[in-house]
Amino acid sequence: MFHEFLSVATLIGIANSGVRLATPYLYAALGEMFGQRSGVLNLGVEGVMLMGAFAAYYTVYIGGDPWLGVLAAIIVGALMGLLMALISVTMQAQQGISGIGLTLFGVGLSSLLLKVLVGSPIGISGFSTWKVPGLNSIPVIGPIFFEHNILVYIAYLLVPVSLYVLYRTTFGLKIRAVGQNPEAADSLGVRVNAVRYGTVMLGSAMAGIAGASLSIGLLNIFQENMTNGLGFIAVALVYFGGWRPLGVLIGALLFSTVNALQLWMQVLGVPIPSDLAVMMPYLLTIVVLAVGGQRIRQPAALTKPYERGE
Amino acid sequence: MQRFLRSLRFLELALPIAAVLIAFAIGGVLLALLGANPFEAYWVLISGAFGSVGGLASTLTKMTPLLLVALGICISFRGGVINIGGEGQIIVGALAATAFTLWLRDWPGWLLLPLTLIVGALAGAVWGGIAGVLKARLNVNEILSTVMLNAIALQLMNFLLRGPMLDPAQIAAGTNIAQSEALPRSVWLTRLAPPTLLHSGVILALVLAVLVYLLLWRTTIGFRIRTVGLNPSAARYAGMPVPFYVAFSLILAGGFAGLAGAVEVTGVSHRMLEGLSGGYGFSGIVAALFGKLHPLGAIPASFLFGGLLVGANKMQLTVQVPSALITVINGLVVMFVVASEVYVRRARRRAGREAAEASLKRESSTPSAEAAVP
Repeated sequence: MFHEFLSVATLIGIANSGVRLATPYLYAALGEMFGQRSGVLNLGVEGVMLMGAFAAYYTVYIGGDPWLGVLAAIIVGALMGLLMALISVTMQAQQGISGIGLTLFGVGLSSLLLKVLVGSPIGISGFSTWKVPGLNSIPVIGPIFFEHNILVYIAYLLVPVSLYVLYRTTFGLKIRAVGQNPEAADSLGVRVNAVRYGTVMLGSAMAGIAGASLSIGLLNIFQENMTNGLGFIAVALVYFGGWRPLGVLIGALLFSTVNALQLWMQVLGVPIPSDLAVMMPYLLTIVVLAVGGQRIRQPAALTKPYERGE
Repeated sequence: MQRFLRSLRFLELALPIAAVLIAFAIGGVLLALLGANPFEAYWVLISGAFGSVGGLASTLTKMTPLLLVALGICISFRGGVINIGGEGQIIVGALAATAFTLWLRDWPGWLLLPLTLIVGALAGAVWGGIAGVLKARLNVNEILSTVMLNAIALQLMNFLLRGPMLDPAQIAAGTNIAQSEALPRSVWLTRLAPPTLLHSGVILALVLAVLVYLLLWRTTIGFRIRTVGLNPSAARYAGMPVPFYVAFSLILAGGFAGLAGAVEVTGVSHRMLEGLSGGYGFSGIVAALFGKLHPLGAIPASFLFGGLLVGANKMQLTVQVPSALITVINGLVVMFVVASEVYVRRARRRAGREAAEASLKRESSTPSAEAAVP
């Protein structure tokens, strides 16, 4: 059995799953990173992902194109981001708690909408696998990296894009300034709260796509609470990644590989109870937070609402 | 000054109620959009929860775990620690209580029952304490760690209820429904109003609410917990061991949630089941926030939100409005309550400013003080 587990085909399978399963983490965590770099901790990612997942699923369910589904997820995500920004930026609510409220809202609303609009969920045909012509015939590398649906490739493209936006554009500079020292940024004419609205809505739109990548990309179905804590892991990945795109990428790959290992172990019948195997990513999150807790300093204004002194 | 203080207190009371009303209004619009009649749905919801003796008994039954969780939340949030781990702590508490009782099933009830409740509370305290120690020693964000511990507790439960703790009767019958063996009758909490499920746990919860109030406002420990929550640097400057109190708040919070699990097992289900935690870990947060994080305020708050849970089931059965609506409303209430605090803060600042201006005016109108200075 272990011989079977270590065969080349299995290892390629695990690596392929690992690359694929990193997708929702990447969208959600890269988006959350923008919010946190500007000083807003959005703990509502889980709820936003569920709403994005449902919006995309429902669009395809009633006959829409998968791309239209992604658009729906983006719009729904951005709207939930607007709500979060209204409450946490304008109303200066304590962010840890308001995000939990947003999560409850998303969990409840997606389940309510599913029951009223769909009933019992059925599978749909979302994005299909698109093998990158030419590249997919490279041995080993091809089947691991170039046989996925389009949302997977875009997720990886977002890593360099995020790097560019954060470190090479004026918007990125404003984000970092607002998250580090909002008073100074304000005195230089940066509209602190406007930047934060922007990052929170951008991040939530990306969390919406993260949900869509599950419901019309990886699994092609929507189920109640299908994210199962993935949104919170995405928030943890931002801490783990030290608020940097490359760190987030490494974290996402680490988690998705552990997930893939766990799934393949079940498929191959490795004698570890599946419930205990499912625990692994969550345990890993705690270990990773404990080890990396003090490594890198967080954005100085994280979770602190900004109000102009009088 | 008096007027401002009065209006401040009014605001603090009125805002959570306004938050609930607005949340219900949004929920109603949502229902109307989905083609249901919101007035009919809400009528069923409210009359189902509060409109009959049976409904009230069910409400009090649901209120019990909510209140216990909310008490823990009051302590931890007052201590500046956000405990999202209620679900996991309930599960671990219920699992431990069940295992303990089944292990010592022949012991007399007067000894076994209190020990069972204590074991449940201790297990929850350990589960909360993991997050507490990680926060105190390694600066691990407690929101994330408690969420992860929820998922781990859930998997632990799935594993135990399908394996080592699976009811032998289920195995014999070949049905394998994931639940534990029934607890011995000696540890069942007294039913207060048969045939309803209302049990003596509700009295325990109410007594504990008073004790938590005394702990937070009448003891040094409580004073320190609140100081650490309000201003950790000041607490450190005053020589308080801040990390200890951070961990301690989470241990206490976990203990109350674990006790809630043990009470559910001994009072309601009489065995460990899947879904026993019932979302109380989250709705307990809603109740605590609605009660302004005051242990006595948590009593009416958990009565209200317990009633909503009962009414939601009724609503789902009779007018086919999914009970998930209550989760939506809970989420909105949480967001609105924390958002509305900005008005209290502003009012407080305004009151302070006006008081300062008034005293300035008084000083300038009595020139004797200035005249005394040469």
